[in-house]
Amino acid sequence: MKLSAVLVLVAGFLALHQDFWLWDDATLVIGFVPAGLAYHVAYSLCTAGLWAAVCRWGWPSDLGRPGSDAPEDGSGQ
Amino acid sequence: MTQLAVICAYLCALVALAVLGGRAFRGTSQDYFVASRSIGPAVLMLSVFGTAMTAFSLVGSTGEAYRTGIGVYGLMASSSGVLHSAVFFFVGLRMWSIGVTHGYTTQIQFFRERFESGALGLMLFPVLAGLVVPYVLIGLLGAGSVVGVLTEGAFPSLFDSTGGAVPAWLTGLVITAIVSIYVFAGGLRAAAWANSLQAGIFLVTGIATFLVIAPKLGGVQAATEAVLAASPERLVRDGSIGQLQFLSYCLIPLSIGMFPHVYQHWLTARSAASFKPMLVLHPVCTMLVWLPCVLIGVWAVGATLPDGSAIVPAGSPANGELGLMVRTLTTPLLGGLLGAGILAAIMSSLDSQLLAIGSMFTNDVAIKVLGRDRLGERERVLLGRSIVLAVALAAYLCSLGEPRSVFTLGVWCFSAYSALFPIAVAAIYWKRATRHGAMAAVAATVIVGGLLFREGSYGADPGYLFHGMLPVVPMVAASTAALVFGSLATSPPSRLTLARFFPE
Repeated sequence: MKLSAVLVLVAGFLALHQDFWLWDDATLVIGFVPAGLAYHVAYSLCTAGLWAAVCRWGWPSDLGRPGSDAPEDGSGQ
Repeated sequence: MTQLAVICAYLCALVALAVLGGRAFRGTSQDYFVASRSIGPAVLMLSVFGTAMTAFSLVGSTGEAYRTGIGVYGLMASSSGVLHSAVFFFVGLRMWSIGVTHGYTTQIQFFRERFESGALGLMLFPVLAGLVVPYVLIGLLGAGSVVGVLTEGAFPSLFDSTGGAVPAWLTGLVITAIVSIYVFAGGLRAAAWANSLQAGIFLVTGIATFLVIAPKLGGVQAATEAVLAASPERLVRDGSIGQLQFLSYCLIPLSIGMFPHVYQHWLTARSAASFKPMLVLHPVCTMLVWLPCVLIGVWAVGATLPDGSAIVPAGSPANGELGLMVRTLTTPLLGGLLGAGILAAIMSSLDSQLLAIGSMFTNDVAIKVLGRDRLGERERVLLGRSIVLAVALAAYLCSLGEPRSVFTLGVWCFSAYSALFPIAVAAIYWKRATRHGAMAAVAATVIVGGLLFREGSYGADPGYLFHGMLPVVPMVAASTAALVFGSLATSPPSRLTLARFFPE
């Protein structure tokens, strides 16, 4: 998975954050969680799934521990 | 009294950790500022999470849920879950890779060299350091409020003016002192260990508090039904949060990409793979902290004592809602544990923030002004430690002023960091970005942010919006426009710099 594909996935996921259809929905899910809150809790869990997939299939290949050209005292160039 | 004993025991445990951190300290500035880049995945995940969560997440979220309802979770928690991890992936990983390659300790070092400008570094230092101070204040204000509420009536003869509660000035003084001790002793390694311990504590105590409070309100269903009867608008967003306002909040989590203390934690990673648990678990941990707090805040609207009076009366002081619920509905032991958990959340940010300023001053100002050869390893560590103590004292003195809502102050502070975030993205992904563009973006952030902050009564007006949106929107727009136009109007960076930062 390329970096641009991950970007498109995240952008699509962000669009789902704007749940305008639940704005005035007072339904209680499992008897006590308002629909607007239940949606965003589920969204949080799906987010973890999204990043797990990115770590599995979209991890950049050019990021090992790079060869360092840093000075020995670590004070930058 | 029991609450205070538990909190004191926890603070003693942190001092013990400081002693351990001090023994592990290797005596070099690299070890003091970035733990010799040796932190593994579990500690990295917990320490960055502990650093990202502060009084804003516990005390601020409960208070805001009490005032505006369940929408506060979507405003900050779920958007932070996806966007924080996105920033870790798209920016943090690259920053880590570049930082390790070139031996950076602070983000200013990176910007200075990427944009070929020492002046940009000197311009960024007061802005980034100045923004950390209100962030530190958020923690100190939150700690003072919660401990005050939890200990009310405990010491009537000692603290007569506060109704027997431990006064905010004393709480602030104690936690500033404890954090200073362990940061002074062990640097970022001690802070990372302490943050991991503290992240675990506030995750567990938050959930435990929720599990104890819910039955006291008659169960989760009865607690929600009481809100439905008393104030049903708290269970929806219609009327309390506008669609545009909700959308504009999505820019706030981008601020994490410019926090100097988070950048420093990224640099401690042993390898790129150390980032993976942080990406996946950060949204889940955020949910575990925010959900109990938001529900307790909403339930506080309908929660009453047996005589029918409200547990959190209308007009209660800002930031005290969580403390009131805990003190009234739980045992003193749990009250003490929760107090410790809240202090844990606050101190786990405070330590990294203090260290980041110490690190920036030492590496970006002192070494630049005095010259690298005039400051040896011992002098750098000594200077970093001195700055940590000086900033801790300054922030503590500021916290003694007039209190503001933790949530409102936090949103302003994060807005300014978000407005600087385009500079980080451009530095990594846009070869054409130049020093003039970056400087114009910093200037635009300061000018536009300053004007809007004045319009919002310097944080005293919690409902301030700019045409229905958070002020972060015009701030990010102004900063981005300044960056783009400033870059395109000036000469591109040198080939040498492009080769260093954009290798084929």
